[in-house]
Amino acid sequence: MKTTITVNGEARALDVDTRTTLLDALRETLHLAGTKKGCDHGQCGACTVLVNGTRINSCLSLAVMHDGDAVTTIEGIGAVGALSPIQQAFLTEDAFQCGYCTPGQICSALGMLAEVAAGWPSQETADLTAPIQLTDDELRERMSGNICRCSAYPQIVAAIRSVSGLPA
Amino acid sequence: MSSVADWEAASNPVKENRAGNIGKAVDRYEGPLKVTGTAPYAFEVELPPSASGPPLYGVMVSAAIASGRIAAIETAQAEASPGVRLVWTHLNVPEQGPRPERYDFFTPSPRPALQSDRVYFFGQQVAVVVADTFENANAAAAMVKVTYEADAPMADFHAVRDQGVQPPGEQDTEIGDFAAAFAAAPVTIDDVWRTPLQNHCQMEPCATTAWWDGDKLTVNTSVQMVRFAQNSLAETLMIPSKSVRLLTRYIGGGFGGKGSFYEDLVLASLAARELGQPVKVAFSRQQMMHGTVHRPATEQRVRLGATPDGKLTAMSIMTVTHCDSRGNFTEHASNFARSLYAAPNRLTGHRLVRMDLPVASAMRAPGEASGTLSLEVAMDELAEKLGIDPMELRILNEPETDPETGKPFSIRQLVRCMREGAQIFGWDRRTPKIGAVKNGRWTIGLGMAAAIRGNMLLPAKCSFTVDAEGVITVKQGMTDIGTGTYTVLAQIAAETLGVPLGDVRVEIGDSELPPAPGSGGQFGAATAGSAALDAGMNLRKAIAEIAVADPASPLYGGPSQDITFQDGVIAIANRSERLADLIRRNRPEGLVAEGEIRPAADARNWSQHTYGAHFVEVAVDTVTGEVRTRRMLGVFAAGRILNWKTARSQLTGGMIWGVGSALTEGNAVDPRHGSLINQDLAGYLVPVQADIGELDAIMLDEVDDKANPMGIKGVGELGISGAGAAVANAIYNACGVRVRDYPITPDKLLAALEAKGL
Repeated sequence: MKTTITVNGEARALDVDTRTTLLDALRETLHLAGTKKGCDHGQCGACTVLVNGTRINSCLSLAVMHDGDAVTTIEGIGAVGALSPIQQAFLTEDAFQCGYCTPGQICSALGMLAEVAAGWPSQETADLTAPIQLTDDELRERMSGNICRCSAYPQIVAAIRSVSGLPA
Repeated sequence: MSSVADWEAASNPVKENRAGNIGKAVDRYEGPLKVTGTAPYAFEVELPPSASGPPLYGVMVSAAIASGRIAAIETAQAEASPGVRLVWTHLNVPEQGPRPERYDFFTPSPRPALQSDRVYFFGQQVAVVVADTFENANAAAAMVKVTYEADAPMADFHAVRDQGVQPPGEQDTEIGDFAAAFAAAPVTIDDVWRTPLQNHCQMEPCATTAWWDGDKLTVNTSVQMVRFAQNSLAETLMIPSKSVRLLTRYIGGGFGGKGSFYEDLVLASLAARELGQPVKVAFSRQQMMHGTVHRPATEQRVRLGATPDGKLTAMSIMTVTHCDSRGNFTEHASNFARSLYAAPNRLTGHRLVRMDLPVASAMRAPGEASGTLSLEVAMDELAEKLGIDPMELRILNEPETDPETGKPFSIRQLVRCMREGAQIFGWDRRTPKIGAVKNGRWTIGLGMAAAIRGNMLLPAKCSFTVDAEGVITVKQGMTDIGTGTYTVLAQIAAETLGVPLGDVRVEIGDSELPPAPGSGGQFGAATAGSAALDAGMNLRKAIAEIAVADPASPLYGGPSQDITFQDGVIAIANRSERLADLIRRNRPEGLVAEGEIRPAADARNWSQHTYGAHFVEVAVDTVTGEVRTRRMLGVFAAGRILNWKTARSQLTGGMIWGVGSALTEGNAVDPRHGSLINQDLAGYLVPVQADIGELDAIMLDEVDDKANPMGIKGVGELGISGAGAAVANAIYNACGVRVRDYPITPDKLLAALEAKGL
């Protein structure tokens, strides 16, 4: 089925199987393998990408559902030699070990910071009327959809905090 | 062969650390690739231009019984399904090398796939479908109809644990007269702890991309042991090892579970040969749970006898565990106790029962991870009975020499780990009174435990090349499973050859490079790094000989043993030149040196371990049974640290694994079907961000000159050892109940609270 998805700013015309997930379209059709398959069931977050600025699990979404959407993957966030601030922060804080969950963590963190800026509450948000304070508990709650089996969790918190620009 | 005394006596650039590369918090060498998503893992590698066509996709079909045989297997519908190129079952898979009766951890042997109609465990692979797309392969795999003749599986560990036998080649160790001493002891503990099956849950499922170029096979796969996998695959395919090039440059987590390899590697290789086209095969997350390996369940009986003033007189830990029906793996949960505390009368051992369960094997700190969950809680119980602080009880029973063998310790800073940790953590704020500290709905408790994990050194080789630009390239058939191998090898090379870190390249994960055992048992850095140091020393010698023999060099005619290497410059006294200039004149094609490490002949004359102490603050909601880890500190002594940043990350990661083992992790077995009920990441609960509060790891200054020429040890498994016990002890301090059946989930905690009327 013909579908056009804007990926990292570039319109990509695809002819994909209706069963193809957005994740597999990115990885296997467009050869953007930075987005990872960890469980294929929306349980680990390794496949997190931004769709029109919102983070989603790309394994739980079919490519044909994204005609006209703008998708940002890790490849659209920065490159070797031109790391984005959050990629640099992950490197500096050692916020990964094996690196397999890392693209998803970074996409998820960017989506999460936008959600906080937009005032979306979480379970940890005590006051729904006040501006959200990105406490460590808020941050941890909001990043709990991204598993890191190497368990770089404290380092991930430090990395995100260093670029969040928000008061603790 | 070297002796430990040679290592202690000889200085070397790593020990001298003149440029300060060793120990430094260097960013990961391959980090920029990982944070940009451009490190290619096994399923993602670009195919070479010579590859004939796009990749085909293989999807495996897994057995739905735990024991029995395949009565019929229908593949016609799958074969006729769109895009399908082949369907293999035991009836038509190509011939492979025969499986040995038992696998050995370190000895390569054939690992054939789809071998017969016999099913030995739930989730065993019984068929593979290869098609032009993943979607077509996946759809066709669902059309393979398997009819089974199932036997009733022996799958209920706790029902058959009495059938456990002595593991092959082992015996119990008894010192003194344990039974008499335990019977006579005025204060005793006698309890049983259970730990469940646990799964590695590496983020990257096992995967292989394979292609052939004539008779030469290239496989990109995700394994911890390069040569073991290469040789075993060659034996499986019945081809010479040199016909297999195995690449595993980026590995999305290992933790022991990729110490061997699985059907993805074999079937991708066979299908690529059959179809003349590259083939990719990956495990699904669900297949990972059953079809790879797991940490087996244990039941551990711990008995402690002590004098009223806290001296242990008797100590025993006896473990019953299980492996698969054809296996020989034993989870040695009792072993660590042999070196931990002094007690004149001691008994330790294991019993193993073979069951119709998936394959048991090593998972991060095999033995210690399970065993500390019992003994380190038993010590807490004993401390309470004696009215002694749990840390002081441990210090009272600190041995001067190895309590079983009498051998001296190479170095042992366990007490210092505890003392320093206690001070930083604020252990003095702990009160033995249960539930003394409240905070809203939370009751706060503090707990601690000791950590111990053995140390190993294995044989390895390495090569160093210096090119005409003065760039050093380290080559080794080693792996980096997230441990930091790339980075520490670069640091060793930079320090040894006196070049900036940016002038070092590291090539690993390739079977055509000098062999190293790989990653596992926290022996990686010491083993690979010691071979690298030797290669670096040999390259220094080769460079020095060329320099003093080259009339065009300012160093010409100088004493080669006086040459120094610093900032990319070689010098003898005030005569110097750039290393690159020397190489460009003399060896424009590059200069190579090789090195190797072997264990010292007398290495076993010392009892050698890494140590640590964990301190945890938990909050328990006694109404819901919810437990939160609020603060956690580990203090560790593990030899010289090569890289503060990557070592600390391994330790904190291990500590979080300990939290998982205490609170959430475990595969529930359905005894009727021999299956794991929770077989994905929604059911098998690894810790996530919200589960982990403040957490830090501190590494003490230490050099263990008896360990290897660098005085380093491993840290990958130390962090988990004891961490879960500290959590369990903190829970007791908070709410006064002990759940000895891990994980300590809210249902068990609530039942225990209710039983005590709390």
